Amino acid sequence: MSMVHAQKNLFFRKLLAHGFLWLFLGIILFPFFVTLSISFREGNFVTGSLIPSSPTLEHWYLAFGLEYVRPDGEIIEPPFPVLLWLWNSVKIAFIASFGVLCMAATAAYAFSRLRFRGKTALLDTMLVVQMFPAALAIVALYALFDSLGDVLPILGIDSHWSLILVYLSGVAMHIWTIKGYFDSIDPALDKAAAIDGASHFQTFKWIFLPLATPILAVIFVLAFIGAIGDYPLASIMLRAEENLTLAVGSRQYLMDNRYMWGDFAAAAILSGAPITLLFLFAQRFLVSGLSAGGVKG
Amino acid sequence: MTMKLNAQTLITAAVLLLLLYASTALFMTQQYALAMVFVVLTAAFAVIFTSKRLYTARFYYPAIGGLLLFTVFPVLYTGYVGFTNYGGSNLLTFEQVQRFYTSQVVVDKSTEQPFSLTKTQNGLQLWLPETQLISEPFTSASAGSTLMLKPGEQPSNLLPIKEMVKQRKLLGALNFETPEGIELRSAAIKTLATVIPAYTLLDESGRLQDSSGAVLTPDHSEGYYQTAEGEYLKPGWKTWVGGRNFDRMLNSEGIREPIIEIFVWTLIFAFGSVLGCFAVGMLLALILQWPELRGKSIYRILLILPYAVPAFISILVFRGLFNQNFGEINFLLDALFGIKPDWFTDPFLARTIVLFVNIWLGYPYMMLLAMGFLQSIPTDHYQAAAIEGAGPVRRFFSITLPQILPPFVPMLISAFAFNFNNLVLIILLTRGGPDMTGTLIPAGSTDILASFTYRIAFSDSAQDFGLAGAISMVMFVIVAVIAYANLIAMRKMAKGTR
Repeated sequence: MSMVHAQKNLFFRKLLAHGFLWLFLGIILFPFFVTLSISFREGNFVTGSLIPSSPTLEHWYLAFGLEYVRPDGEIIEPPFPVLLWLWNSVKIAFIASFGVLCMAATAAYAFSRLRFRGKTALLDTMLVVQMFPAALAIVALYALFDSLGDVLPILGIDSHWSLILVYLSGVAMHIWTIKGYFDSIDPALDKAAAIDGASHFQTFKWIFLPLATPILAVIFVLAFIGAIGDYPLASIMLRAEENLTLAVGSRQYLMDNRYMWGDFAAAAILSGAPITLLFLFAQRFLVSGLSAGGVKG
Repeated sequence: MTMKLNAQTLITAAVLLLLLYASTALFMTQQYALAMVFVVLTAAFAVIFTSKRLYTARFYYPAIGGLLLFTVFPVLYTGYVGFTNYGGSNLLTFEQVQRFYTSQVVVDKSTEQPFSLTKTQNGLQLWLPETQLISEPFTSASAGSTLMLKPGEQPSNLLPIKEMVKQRKLLGALNFETPEGIELRSAAIKTLATVIPAYTLLDESGRLQDSSGAVLTPDHSEGYYQTAEGEYLKPGWKTWVGGRNFDRMLNSEGIREPIIEIFVWTLIFAFGSVLGCFAVGMLLALILQWPELRGKSIYRILLILPYAVPAFISILVFRGLFNQNFGEINFLLDALFGIKPDWFTDPFLARTIVLFVNIWLGYPYMMLLAMGFLQSIPTDHYQAAAIEGAGPVRRFFSITLPQILPPFVPMLISAFAFNFNNLVLIILLTRGGPDMTGTLIPAGSTDILASFTYRIAFSDSAQDFGLAGAISMVMFVIVAVIAYANLIAMRKMAKGTR
């Protein structure tokens, strides 16, 4: 009797759990479905139903940067160079993340293994200074690059290299994370390498880098996502339409005076999908890296 | 020391040359503060990359150098700006402002005389009937240049007034000079007049006299030229104003009230976001951890989707969905219940959606962390509790939470610090709106300190870099204290587990 009761109880609890999860997912995934539907809907405003009655590929043509010819012969030009913006974002984020990785890994090696004066003080200062929100340093950064641009035009305002340099400076947290990982590598390995006559750089390159591949991948993805998702810095540093990143450019779809909801939906899916897939691919080791590296002081 | 000429030496030399060039060039353009930073960087680079003794420093020089240039320098500079009146109408130096005013010209209306135009093979020519002068031929390519006037005969084919109107823009961009050396400019559609400087420099102190004879005195404590009546002239210049911005922040009516309200909302927002994300993420992690449940990996992937999509895209999608007139949410609510809430104009509703969207964005991170930490709790603790007859709620609060909280605390604190500065969410979702009423500066009900500062500095109506700098410094101190407390907590915990 009690066995049957327990099984029935378990069945209901399972049903409850699944029911709750589906309801929750319904709320969470609602924006995705609506965005997909909007991207196939005619025009830029709500028309009668949530599922498009007469689907059109117009928004998708425009998102890919192609002209669209309406049935009545009217030619619609793409409003913004979305794919160019995506390319800018990916290019800037890729170079910046690679740079962050090189700088953070070498610095983390020094902080983990080398002896020098003021190490702890430097580490603590780095962490606290990094807390100054980069977005609020914009006035200063703008002035800085305005002056630098007078001297070195490639590092002026509206240059991708300037923005990359700004993103490069956000290394402090990453140094901490990689250092935590390096600290857990057995010191006997460096001793053996030193006995064989390896220099510090050789030890770093041939022992630490290969062993730390998982955490380096995590840092790369984190830096990449950080750079792709930045709005405030890029919005001030970049000016010309063909120079904008995706985050800054997308904003222009939903201005009060020019509201292109349908065009935005298609552009958002097109440009968001590659980044989302990259993240889903990387998330497994991202989690293990975060919970392992973050806690170690 | 023998130097081998290899790739490494060449790169070192190239970087050194570049740094040296930047330092000297910055000195030449009078950017002294920045030049000093570059000198320090250059010297450190030269010493570190040539001395064997400082070999270890090569590993951290790039990171520390970058941090110094792009984080420490901006922090110090922002601090300095907080003590100035730097902003939209005070962008230039005193010398630049003085040069601006003395280069301004006005036309002297009393010398006005009519002119006509004539067309020749080489372009247009201008004829002044009163003084019998005729200009060199000019075309639209001559814009911006000065044309000489010579005595001449009246041309026979003068253009009608309609044609002259068409050339108005070109004429406005031309200067004419009489044989006596007097400069003339177009004053109206059919007339030229003498050009005189709008302001002349009176003495060393920089006092100016305008064309009507009135004297303007530079007021260096305000950074503006002042008329005899006490009126300030824009543009002014950048000047040191001491603690005035901090004083405005704390004592000025119309600034202090919104700052206090925004500060309180910032705390509620950051705390509410962390708590909400933690609660939702924890609940989902507990359900997904249940061994009897099937389809876990699918649930997991679907549940982390909000974290995987770039945040700026999701935020803009929500901005569209919640749009009061064209948004799908109000469309649905209207169809189902006949209501159309004012999501972006009602302060309470606007704050609600800001929190909702932020929890939507942030819960997957907490869920993933919780799933990781839950695995580290030994299962025999649960078995013991089950034997004691503890229910699921009791088990959660007396076993799971106490064991999971210590490793979670640093994560929660850094999530708090992140949300304290979560500028992207506010700027993209509500732009801080709806705006509060009766404030001297743009301040909105959903503004957090970071977005408020961003708007003070960069919205067209305010552009007050000085006040923004002052608020930034205060915020930096708050966040730095949180960060330092976090660091100490982490150290203590690391010692405890060892």
